[in-house]
Amino acid sequence: MRISRRILAGLATASLAVTATSCGGGGTSGSFDDTVTVGILHSLSGTMAISESTLVDTEKMAIEEINAAGGVTVGGKSYKIEYIVEDGASDWPTFAEKSKKLIDQDGVPVVFGGWTSASRKAMLPVYESKDAFLYYPIQYEAQECSNNIFYTGATPNQQSEPATDFMYKRSPAAGGDFFLVGSDYVFPRTSNTITKAQVKQLGGKVVGEDYLPLGNTEVAPIISKIKKALPEGGIIINTLNGDQNVAFFKQIQDAGITPSSGYYVMNYSIAEEEISTIGPEFLEGHYGAWNYMMSIDTPASKKFAASFKKRWGSDRVVADPQESAYNMVYLWKQAVEDAGTFDDNAVREALVGQTFDAPQGPVEVMPNHHLSQTVRIGEINAEGGFTILEETGVVLPQAWNQKHPSSKGFACDWTDPSKGEKYKL
Amino acid sequence: MELLLDSLFNGVAIGSVLLVAALGLAIVFGLMGVINLAHGELMMLGAYTTYVTQLIFKLPLLKPFYNSYIIVSIFLAFIVSGVVGILLEKTIIRKLYGSPLETLLATWGVSLILQQFVRSVPLAYGTGLVISLIIGLFLPATFPSKIKESINFKYFKFSSWILAALTGVLTGSIISSSVSKLSRASARNVDVTAPSWMRGQVEIIGTAFPKTRLMIIVITLISVIAITLFLNQSAWGMRIRAVTQNRQMSDCLGISTEKVDIITFGIGSGLAGVAGVAVSLLGSVGPNVGGNYIVGCFMVVVLGGVGNLLGTVLASFGIGIMTDLIGAGRLLSIWPDMPTPLSNTINFFATTSMARVMIFALIVIFLQFKPTGLFPQKGRMVEN
Repeated sequence: MRISRRILAGLATASLAVTATSCGGGGTSGSFDDTVTVGILHSLSGTMAISESTLVDTEKMAIEEINAAGGVTVGGKSYKIEYIVEDGASDWPTFAEKSKKLIDQDGVPVVFGGWTSASRKAMLPVYESKDAFLYYPIQYEAQECSNNIFYTGATPNQQSEPATDFMYKRSPAAGGDFFLVGSDYVFPRTSNTITKAQVKQLGGKVVGEDYLPLGNTEVAPIISKIKKALPEGGIIINTLNGDQNVAFFKQIQDAGITPSSGYYVMNYSIAEEEISTIGPEFLEGHYGAWNYMMSIDTPASKKFAASFKKRWGSDRVVADPQESAYNMVYLWKQAVEDAGTFDDNAVREALVGQTFDAPQGPVEVMPNHHLSQTVRIGEINAEGGFTILEETGVVLPQAWNQKHPSSKGFACDWTDPSKGEKYKL
Repeated sequence: MELLLDSLFNGVAIGSVLLVAALGLAIVFGLMGVINLAHGELMMLGAYTTYVTQLIFKLPLLKPFYNSYIIVSIFLAFIVSGVVGILLEKTIIRKLYGSPLETLLATWGVSLILQQFVRSVPLAYGTGLVISLIIGLFLPATFPSKIKESINFKYFKFSSWILAALTGVLTGSIISSSVSKLSRASARNVDVTAPSWMRGQVEIIGTAFPKTRLMIIVITLISVIAITLFLNQSAWGMRIRAVTQNRQMSDCLGISTEKVDIITFGIGSGLAGVAGVAVSLLGSVGPNVGGNYIVGCFMVVVLGGVGNLLGTVLASFGIGIMTDLIGAGRLLSIWPDMPTPLSNTINFFATTSMARVMIFALIVIFLQFKPTGLFPQKGRMVEN
């Protein structure tokens, strides 16, 4: 079984070389010995296109940067990276179908893709059954640890947990009661289960929660519930999705739920891109928590933002998901070079322990296929960016959340065959 | 008292959004019997009209009047959606009267086309196109009857379309060069910001009400009153009611049913545009904005009784008040020490998702007993 897998992988690499030489005419790979083609799979049409196309832009930029610096060096040969972009069309089965196409037909050694948890859940069985490798760049609800997926976004303990802690202990509404608002799907519900457990541990109180069905923009009942539950102000944790945030913030501001009257909203899905869509005038004074924020004042961060603007236009912004997408391309390149081959299994082994000087600061790949990251809490300012208030040290990822009742006491470790996906600590 | 007032206001606020959205459909579907699935997209055009008007009023020339842009956009949205509706009637729906399934499919196709149109055409040129349509459709009607009756009228008509096209291209390029945000196509949702006098709250009898909500209630009330007066007091209103009741007989008595159809459809579509202005104040404006409302609109019209405006009004306020009552768990505050099983049940339904489920269930049950809605009326649909 194991051997045949290796042979298949070898065949894939060989067929790659063939594809590469057959269509190498177009490329100006003068100084390269060969080319390698990778897959990029995000939604370029449908509701998610707005968000996911920024990832495609970032991944293309990272690949271009790597090529400009001499490509990937494997076994003394330099490879130019080429890519095939497929459209997931905001339709989850399409993600699975296009994954099959990229793996079987195009024989790519790696796929960078996905945004929503639903798309990842649809792709997961494909990668596991074909033993291929997916790189997934979004902050998500965790409670998953696949040997075939490599997660570069934050887990809840790298985003929501430090944020809840900040809101309860050090925000202007410290010690206040919590109200949880989210869109009605898996991420907000899981995230809020964790928040509720954490608030209880901290000694605080969650006085209400509500979920808005996707596509619904009638917030009036939620507003009356917030006013009833938090008459004197308090902390609101917001996990609404995309456009629903516009309706939410417009209407709560009109209803007098603002920072000046004691209501502070902590957001987990609003980054620089979303701030400019919603309008900073509605968001000023509220908070966000991310690993990367455009206002990080380090040379690496400034260089990242500057090269993105230079490549795609001066009005573009970079945000946390894009940074994760950027990191994953570089981490893959390093792992391939260390492994000395494009073979999945060797790359997977080489990947754990890779470090990278990311725009957010140093990150490291952990045995559970997630990244150790820095967490930042920012206040949204009138210019549409974050004023960074706090920065944690490096936080290790928990694939199985330690506050969620169903996963407490479990962990994931793919470097030890006796442990694997889920073992008891 | 305060609680009651608050609850009533919320119910009316939610209901008026439903009502303003469903009013146009109550006419198109209720009076004419046309299942127009593009109704939501006509709303979307109204919302985009508000956005474009807002940006144009930011130009130096119109800047002093910026605060009144929302009033202007109500009229513009009525005209824009009305004209698109008239075009839709003239080209597609007219050929499909009496075949509801084909109408349903065709209008669904139109809704997809309109959605893709705002995604892939720069709004400046979209505006130009609409202006061309307005001029092209209405200029020939303003000619003196002497010219209209002459044999060469078709040349006049043709030349007015050329004039219309030129004006459209010209305004399109002027807008595109002066407002950079409108010069590029984008699938991204855009945002309408209410003028400063409409932001914040007003205090009435000790309770604070959001001004945008009051504005929507006012828009809804004016639309309802205006349309009722039009249908009941004006000559055209009488003709519309006559054609609704008996098409053949009206035709025999010399009413131009063709004209009545155009006017009815145009007004219904125009009202969808006004609804677009109202919903743009609540959330963001995007190609899918209308799709979120279409199911609710049909629900309100069916519940109210097809062909009856009063039914539509009562149905939307009824749904609004129920939504607030169930969704915000009001009963718990009115009767705080109710038995635990009952309060648990109420708590279970006191979320937005569950309230929706509950309301749909209640409507389904209601329609079991009164399948023709609150106020059934004899109309063209019933006749067939």
